[in-house]
Order: sequence, then C-alpha cells, then structure tokens
Amino acid sequence: MPRYLLLKHYRGGPEPHHPFPPMDQWAPEDVEAHMSFLRNIRDSLKETGEYVDGQALTPENTWVRWGGPDAAPVTTEGPHPETSDLVAGWYMVDVDSHERALEIAAEVSSEPGPGGEPLYEWIAVRELMTE
Amino acid sequence: MRLDEGALRALVPRVLAGLVRRGEDFDAAEDALQEALLEAMRSWPEHPPRDPQAWLTTVATRRLIDARRSEAARQRREEAIGADRPPAADLGDFTSEPGDDTLFLLFCCCSPDLSPASQVALTLRAVGGLTTREIADAFYVPEVTMAQRISRAKRTLRGRRLDSPGDLAVVLRVLYLIYTTGHTERIDLAPEAIRLARQLTLATEEPEARGLLALMLLNHARLPARTDAEGRIVPLDRQDRSLWDAREIAEGVRVLQSALAMQTDERPPGRYEIEAAIAALHDDAASAEETDWDQILGWYDDLLALSADPASEDPAAVLGRAVAVGHVHGGAAGLRETDRLGDAIGERHRWHAVRAHLHELDGDLGAAAEAYAEAARRATNVSERDHLVRQAARARAA
Repeated sequence: MPRYLLLKHYRGGPEPHHPFPPMDQWAPEDVEAHMSFLRNIRDSLKETGEYVDGQALTPENTWVRWGGPDAAPVTTEGPHPETSDLVAGWYMVDVDSHERALEIAAEVSSEPGPGGEPLYEWIAVRELMTE
Repeated sequence: MRLDEGALRALVPRVLAGLVRRGEDFDAAEDALQEALLEAMRSWPEHPPRDPQAWLTTVATRRLIDARRSEAARQRREEAIGADRPPAADLGDFTSEPGDDTLFLLFCCCSPDLSPASQVALTLRAVGGLTTREIADAFYVPEVTMAQRISRAKRTLRGRRLDSPGDLAVVLRVLYLIYTTGHTERIDLAPEAIRLARQLTLATEEPEARGLLALMLLNHARLPARTDAEGRIVPLDRQDRSLWDAREIAEGVRVLQSALAMQTDERPPGRYEIEAAIAALHDDAASAEETDWDQILGWYDDLLALSADPASEDPAAVLGRAVAVGHVHGGAAGLRETDRLGDAIGERHRWHAVRAHLHELDGDLGAAAEAYAEAARRATNVSERDHLVRQAARARAA
C-alpha cells in the first residue's frame, strides 16, 4: 500500500483560502476544539489502521552546508524570507490509494478555527518512494 | 508458571558483576548474559530453576566459553597470533555484597568516557536488565540504532581496567536523566529509574543518592494528576491533589529525612536533597494557596549557593527561585530576578513561560499572553506547546 506524508505548514503554499490569526489569539474554547479535532484525526487513523507516524517541528530552521576542507560548516543567518515554505509537521499514512490520502488531507484541512469555522488550511500531500 | 520479569531483571546486575569480577570482559559477559536471559524467558515458565542466579551464571558462562571457542577457532584459521585477552579487571577494592554489585556496574556503565546517551542505554541494559528493544522504544529510535549505540559503548569500555571507583555524581546524573527523558507512549522508564535509584541507596551511604531517590518519588507521586483524560497538561496549581500518590509521598519524605539527618556543617545538603525538599513542600500543601513559598524560597537560596555564578552555571535554579520570589514578594520582584537570565536562557521557552506566569501574578494579563505565546513558539514538546497556547488564549480572553 502506498505511503504518503501529509505536510502542515507554518507558512508558504498557495494563497490562504481563509486567512486567520495565530492560535494564541483565538478564544480558549476554539483552541480546545481545534486541538481535540486533531487528536480525533490521529485516533481515527489509528483505528482504521492507516496511521504510521505523526510529528511536529519547531519553527526554527537553519540552512547548513559543508564549509570545505578544514572549515566549519556554513549556516545561513535567519530570518528567512517570509514567503519561504516552513513545514510545521506531518502525518504519515499508509493507505489504499492516492484518493484516500487526499481525503484524509482534506479532513485535516477542515479543522476548526476561530468561531468553529473550518480553517481550509492547505495541506501538501507527498508520496513516499518504496525501497 | 508465570515468569516474574521483575525478579529476573533484579538478578541481572548480580550475575553480571559476578562474571566481570571473575575476570570476564564486560562486553562479552554482557552479551552472554543477554542470551541467558532470553533463554530464561523461554524455558523458565515450563522448567523453573531452583536457584535462578546460579542458573543464569551457568548458562552465561557456557555462552562465554562457546564464544571463546569459536573465536579461538577463527583465530587458528586465520593463523593469527592471538593477543592475550585484556587484563582481567582488578576488583580488589570491591567486596561482593549484592549492593556493591549494583554500584560497581553503575560505575562501569556511567564511565565519564561515554556520552550521556550511551551511559543511559548501557545502564538500562546492564543494570536494569531491559532489552535493547525496550530501550529503543523508550527513546523513540529504531532498535538497530540503539543496538549500535550499546555495542559502541561497550567497545569503548573494552579492556578498560574496572578497578577505580567511579564518579557517583555522574551515576546520579545518569539516573536522573533516565527518570526525566525516558517516556513515550509505549514505555515509561520513570519506575525503572526509581528502582535503580533505590538499589543505589542500598549500595552507598551517600546522602545525595537518597536525595535523588526522594526527588524522583516526590515528583512521581504527582504524575496521575499532571495530565487530564485527554492528555492535556494540568499545571501544579490546578491539579486535583487527591490524585497524588500518598504512599509515594510518604516514602519520599522518609528517604529525604534520612538524607538530611546525615548533614553536617562540612557537608550541607546537595542539589538533589534540596530539590527533593522543594518537591516535598509542594506535595505537603493541601491546596496551591497553602504552599509554603517562604520555605521554598529558602531552599532555592541554598541551591543557588552551590554555584559560584548561578546565572550561568545553573540558570534553571535561578528561574525556579524567581517563581518563588514572585509568590513571596510579588510578580514584579520575580520578573526582576529573571532579567539577569536573559543572556543565558532568553532563547528558551521556559524563560518566557516563567515570565508569563510572573506577569500573571503581577496582574498584567496582556504581557502574560504575549509571553505565553512567545514561549509556545519556542517550545520543543507538543504537550507543552499546546499547554502554552492554551495559557496564552486564556490570558488574552480574561
């Protein structure tokens, strides 16, 4: 069965369908609803046997490359352009089809935001190569 | 018969220490014992041995002989001139009380030549008797990675003379690291750390070993109240104190008192005893409002006195003290205490989280919300991040 990464982003991707403020500025009950929605997604993916992994990333992003012989690695000094993609985390799912991966991603994207309205967040869907 | 895994694992350090004292190489003896343990799990339920320790020693010895034979055969085949086995460990300084076995092995596993991650892994296997799989699960790495980490650690120790008493401070740090870091959804090492610390207190009179055990017990007692049914963090001041484990608290207090009873002018309480005393004061309060912050602040003063320059050497202690100052002298005073930590830990989420709490004590909810949000952005743990976002939203809405 194919495996997919469903990537959530801090920023980047297509124009937001529905802009929204950062979560710490939402009403407390909306924060709760959002978090419990995501917990349920994880639980239901486990129940259907499709869940492989889910991880979150901190917003820190350092670019690094080899500095050459006898030189320290070269890193970029932040901050990066506000338009660059910044991945926030992922679900890895093991599903029957590409369609099913899109279906799950769309469900994630319907997560409730301020006032309980869906966020319509863009989710990137990437297939893993098999070994 | 059901196999008592706890009893089986308790034998691990004794059997292993016996083999190493007899002159076997630590690395080979540890491998042989692992094989003997696997065989015990297979055969004991059907055929329980009369003397489990002797059984394990015999089977491990047989494995060692087999391994040496095949090694010798290989060497003959390669016509290599076999170097003698490394000199046997000279264990003159150690007698063979069971408690000493634990201490001896802890010193081996917590050798300062090993990285903290290796010390932790090796301790759990050689002293705790956990399988590589269990240790891998606890630290969320693939089993092969953990197996490699363990065998590299053992290679580092190979041929090393194991006769010098180790550094107890390193052992304590490793056990505390096991307590604080080893828990995932699948396995929780906190009880294992407590078991090892308890064994350690039987092996040494050192008050700090008791201090560490007390600290673990007094913190662990609050575990059932620390998260709610949905896995959300519940901060100390909102926990349902009836969920705290009264038996663990009682034991922790008793152990702490026995440690503090050993204090003299020349030997004031060490950091684990002090931290345990602070934990005991929290555990002792029937409600958050009844917390004896004056006494807690006094203990934090003692903790800071252990460092020449606390702000750079022990910023966590200075931060903890700032919270106590906030409760005793008000949020603004606490905030001033955190100012001098900006250089050392201003990048860390905990600094911002503590400042947020102090702003709240000071009645400035807007500043608290800002600081909670900043802490959330810097958090490196999902549960903590979610908790900080909630705190920010709550402070903003209030």
